[in-house]
Formats: sequence, C-alpha cells, structure tokens
Amino acid sequence: MHIVVCIKQVPDSKEIKIDPKTNTLMRQGVPAVVNYYDMHGVEEALRIKDKYGARVTVITMGPPSADKALKQCISLGADEGVLVSDRAFAGADTLATSYVLASAIYKAADTWGPVDMIFAGKQTSDGDTGQVGPGIACRIDYEQLTYVQQIEDINPDTGELIVHRHLEDGVERVKTRTPVLITVVTELNTPRRASLPGMLRAARYTPIVWTTNDFEELDRSKIGLRGSPTIVSKTWVPEPKHVSTDMLTGTGNEVAATLVENLFGTELKHSLGWA
Amino acid sequence: MADERFDVVVVGAGPAGAAAALTAARGGLKVALIERGEYPGAKNTFGGVLYRKQIEQLIPEFWKSAPLERTVVEQRLWLLAKESAVTVSYRDDRFNDPPNCWTGQRSKFDQWFAAQAEAAGAVPIYETAVTDAIIEDGRVVGVVTDRDDGELRANLVIIADGVNSLLGKRLRAHREWKPDQVSLAVKEVIALPREKIQDRFNLDKSEGCTIELVGETMGMAGLGFLYTNTDTLSLGVGVMVSDLKRLRVKPYEVLNGLKQHPMIQRLIEGGEVKEYAGHLIPEGGYTAMPSLSGDGWMICGDAAQMVNAVHREGTNLAVESGRLAGETAVAVHEREDFSSAGLQRYTDAVRKSIIHKDLKKYKGLHGLLSFPESEKLFGQLPQAVNDALFEFLSVDGEPKRDKQKQAFRKLEGVAGGRMDLVRMALKGWRAMNG
Repeated sequence: MHIVVCIKQVPDSKEIKIDPKTNTLMRQGVPAVVNYYDMHGVEEALRIKDKYGARVTVITMGPPSADKALKQCISLGADEGVLVSDRAFAGADTLATSYVLASAIYKAADTWGPVDMIFAGKQTSDGDTGQVGPGIACRIDYEQLTYVQQIEDINPDTGELIVHRHLEDGVERVKTRTPVLITVVTELNTPRRASLPGMLRAARYTPIVWTTNDFEELDRSKIGLRGSPTIVSKTWVPEPKHVSTDMLTGTGNEVAATLVENLFGTELKHSLGWA
Repeated sequence: MADERFDVVVVGAGPAGAAAALTAARGGLKVALIERGEYPGAKNTFGGVLYRKQIEQLIPEFWKSAPLERTVVEQRLWLLAKESAVTVSYRDDRFNDPPNCWTGQRSKFDQWFAAQAEAAGAVPIYETAVTDAIIEDGRVVGVVTDRDDGELRANLVIIADGVNSLLGKRLRAHREWKPDQVSLAVKEVIALPREKIQDRFNLDKSEGCTIELVGETMGMAGLGFLYTNTDTLSLGVGVMVSDLKRLRVKPYEVLNGLKQHPMIQRLIEGGEVKEYAGHLIPEGGYTAMPSLSGDGWMICGDAAQMVNAVHREGTNLAVESGRLAGETAVAVHEREDFSSAGLQRYTDAVRKSIIHKDLKKYKGLHGLLSFPESEKLFGQLPQAVNDALFEFLSVDGEPKRDKQKQAFRKLEGVAGGRMDLVRMALKGWRAMNG
C-alpha cells in the first residue's frame, strides 16, 4: 500500500500576531509548525503502516524552510518527505495549490508506485478554507471522504474501508474502496511522539525537493499567482458585540430566584415555589 | 535503544554544549547533540553580554554572521540610592574595532551557534530530555532520554545541561545547589524604537552600552543590569536565592522597584514590555565547582558553576570549557582511554585556563554575598556613598573640611567605625584578589 499525506507548514497559532493597520496575519518572525490537523493525517497513515505495512510519502508545497516540517514527519516514521518548492509556485491560492499537489501526487505514484490513500487535514489553521483536500481529489479523480473522525475498518486485500464522517448534525458511516482521499478531524487519533531512532533518522534525512523543472507536463498558467483567481478584497475583524452585565446581589436564594426569573420568566419561579 | 553508537553524546546545546560538539565533530568524532528545548536557546532567557575572544577561537570573525545586537562601546556602573545615583563609566571607540563584546539574545545566538556544530557534522536531537546516564561497571557509557527506545550509547558523555544539571546530580558530580550558591535573575525585554535608544544612551546606530546597577535591591546581595539591544532594552536583576528566602521577597518586586527609580524610569519610559523571564545563575564560583571529569564523562559551563559573577562572564567560560572538553574528547579517542585517568586531561586543561584563574581570583567573593556582609555591601554602602557625595557637593556655607568629615562619617557608619571601615575595605580587596 502506498499512502500520501499532504501537510502544510503554518505560523504557530500560539504566537500569531495581526497587523493592526492591515488586519492581515504577520507571518514574519512567527515560528512555523505543521498544521495541527495534518499531524492527525500523518498519524493515521503511520498507524496503517504499523498494522498492515505501507509506504508513507509526505508531500508539502512551501518555501525551502518547510523541510523542517518534513523532517518532523520522518522522525515519526514516514518513509519519504517531498518538498515541492519553486518561486514560480509562490502566491498560490487553493486552486493553484491543489493543482500543484495533484501533480506531485501523480509524480509520487510514478516514483514509488500507485497511491492507494491520500490523507490531508480538514483545513489549515492559517487559511481555514478546507478546499485543498477536495480540490486534489477532484483533479486526480479519487473518492473523497471529508471530516473523517474514525476509520472503522480497512481490508488491505480488497481495498474496502469503512469510515465515520463528522457532520454538523451527526455522524455518517460510509463504506467505500481505495483509492480515496481522506481529510481528517482531530478526533481521529492522538499523534505520537517520535522515538529516539526516529529522531536520529530525521536528523540525517534530507527531504527530496521537486521544482517546476521536475514536472514534465506542468501547465504554467495554473500555478503560482498567475494560476490563482482568488482576490482578497478586504479583511476585517468583526466588531465585538456589546452585552450588558447585571451583577446580582443578595442571599443565595434571592440571587437564584432573580436568575431564574430573568432566564425563564416568572412562571417557572412560581412553579418552583420561589415567589 | 537506538542501535547506533556515538563517540560522544553532548547533553545540552547551549554555548558549552555547542562548543564541545563543534570541537569534537571537527576532530572527526561522531557526535550527538541533545537539547531539551524545542531548539537551542529556546530554554534560555539570557539577554546579556557576549564576548569575542572565546567564540572567535572556534569561529573566526563570527560577528559577521552571528545574530548579535549592539557592539558595546560603553560600560557604566551605577551605585543606586533611593532617588540618586553615583555613576562611573568608561567609553572608548577602540571597543568598536575589533569588537570587545556585544549585547545579544541567547535565544537567537544559541540557535546559530549550534547550527555551526551541526554543519561540522554533529547530529542534532532536539526536544529531547536526558533523564539519566547509562552506567556499566562504574563507567558512563551513554544516556537515557525521555523518548521511546531512548537509550543512546557513546564512549563519552559531555554534560552541559545548565545550572540545574540533572545529569550532574545523577552522577553525583554535585548535589543540589545550596541557596547561597545560586541567584535568581529576572529580566524584562522592553521594546523601544532604536532611535530613542540611541538618543537616550548617547549611541551610534550599531553601538551599545551596558549599565550594572548596585544598590536598591532591598539590602539583598544582587546586581541589576540594563543593556541596550538593537530595538529593545534588557532590564533585570539577579538576587541571591538565600536572601530572597531570608526576606521572603519575590524577585519581580525588586525589579519593579528598580523600574521606579528616577534614573531608570526615564530610560525605559514609553517602552513596551515584550518578555518577562527568570532563570537561576550559578554564583558559587571557585569553591562550588564540582569534580570536572570521571569515568566516561566531563562537565562544562553552568552545570559546573563556571560563572564569574564580578565580570558577569558565564557564556564565554562555558564556550571555553566546552572547547576544552571537545579537545579532550578528540585526544582520548586517539588513545581509546575513556577512564577518569584519561579524562583528567580535561580537568587539568580547565585548571590551566582562564576559567580557573579568574574564578580562583574571586574565590573570596562568595563570603561577601552572604548575610550580614551582603546587607552592608549591597544595601547600606551604596546609600552611604550617595549620602556622602550629597554632603560633599552641597554648597551651604559650611567649611569644606567639615563637609569631608561628615561624608567620611557616613561611610564609617556603615562599617561600624573607622577601623572597621579599613577592615571592610581590606576584606573587599582580598575577595577581589584571591
């Protein structure tokens, strides 16, 4: 089995700052980490590897400094890390990003064998769109299972799998067959900590870098800023809603009675015998 | 356990550890550099002075690429009283070229320094804590980390895990430091526009200045400091833990007091506090230094109390000791002798080095840091010197001879009498001159 995990390096949300003038994210000087959701995708791929045996390839598109994120995945047990990096890719929106990642997945399939499963986080913590995973699935024509919170079963021989999707109004249990693209939510698993041998391997590992020259049939009009039709016309911070606060005073019983009256009206207060 | 075996495992990627790893890796050894923090320097709160000499020996002209703040051209010493200060300072353009020292932030510098060790071939293992040593037949043969399969074997372990040195304690190189062997330093990083810093401190754009503060530490043994970085100031104070314990004072109360002082207040005015941090600093000096080597191990830097409190030198002594440990590691690998007899070479090298010479010079100082001497030195004396100068410089119609007498009486008052003043001066002289 060959599993690809798509990850993204994002600014550490613990240290994030907003430019007060432009209301945009200040990325400079903010430490980068692997997108939180993506780590659950990496973990699930590694669990399948541990259980059934698989090759796990981690792919990211980003600047050269994103190799740190790939090395982190190697320390956890991934087999290869690919950094798709080129100035020509810069400024990409979700459309251009999913095009480049889909191309990289084709290339990974050519290099290491057909890809059975692709994992991605349900969204990133910086862009928050949740569009790249489904975008890749459309381009490479894979089944897509979004918001997966549990993989109930996988049959490595037949490729059949049953997953639970986390929806707004419930859980959907779906049965399908590989190849699939799965975007994951954090309930799926708890990411592991790297072992010492894993740390040693990662310390010496150099991620594979693919530039535009490494892709044979790349449509240059679909990558980078040129391939990105999204325009950010305005960003703003919503005005906080002002809510008035009443401090209730009195004995415990009085405070409770006033609270009940304010919340539910006098009727309940009477029926509780508090009037 | 990791199958792989190393020649040297260095524990801690601060200046001592990075210098040891760099030296050993350059000498052709297979080195692992283990660091508890997310990256080297992540656990560090140092915003202080970095000196040229010791780092230059390892990396010539490092200041052209290392992340440093300002070249220190002026050093000031302030004796503080409640609302006044006696100031002494020295400024010299010769400190610019070659630079003598810089202000720096170790959270940035340590990353850079460890990267030099990595480039030389040391294998970095970060976010990993060393919890114990592997000991076989009385010899250290590796370390235990907090990761799965976390044992790592090596011919030698170099301990550079800082003031709290967990590993040093495990190996009984030293016990838990006593409250009078460590100070607790707290520091704020205060952001100010660089032009303001340059104006207020009378500096050119790359120049920096340091101010050491004596007094106004509530009578406790301690020193304050105010250093200029590129666009921030480091303001802090270190106080002996024994005094904090005795008076039940919290260190930030001392710092808040300093911030209110009229001399300091105007220098930091309008600044925004960006960071607040605290850290232990070894103050035991010469007499507190543990055994420096044993079977299969050596210990460097803060973990071995290598701090010169008088000259606020610690980082450079750490680098020096790390380099000596790295050189010893290379030498003993040639003879394949990792016994304590073989590693005695490191202890001897430290003895012949500036570390030992300087710490030995100030070995008496430790006695002055404890109560009641400390209260005189850090509380009453700075106040008396200020009062004496107030008397002496106030023109109020009294004859100068009487003025001088009154001024002297202030100082005698602190010592307890004229002879005691002489005795106190003598004691201070001895402490500073071993």
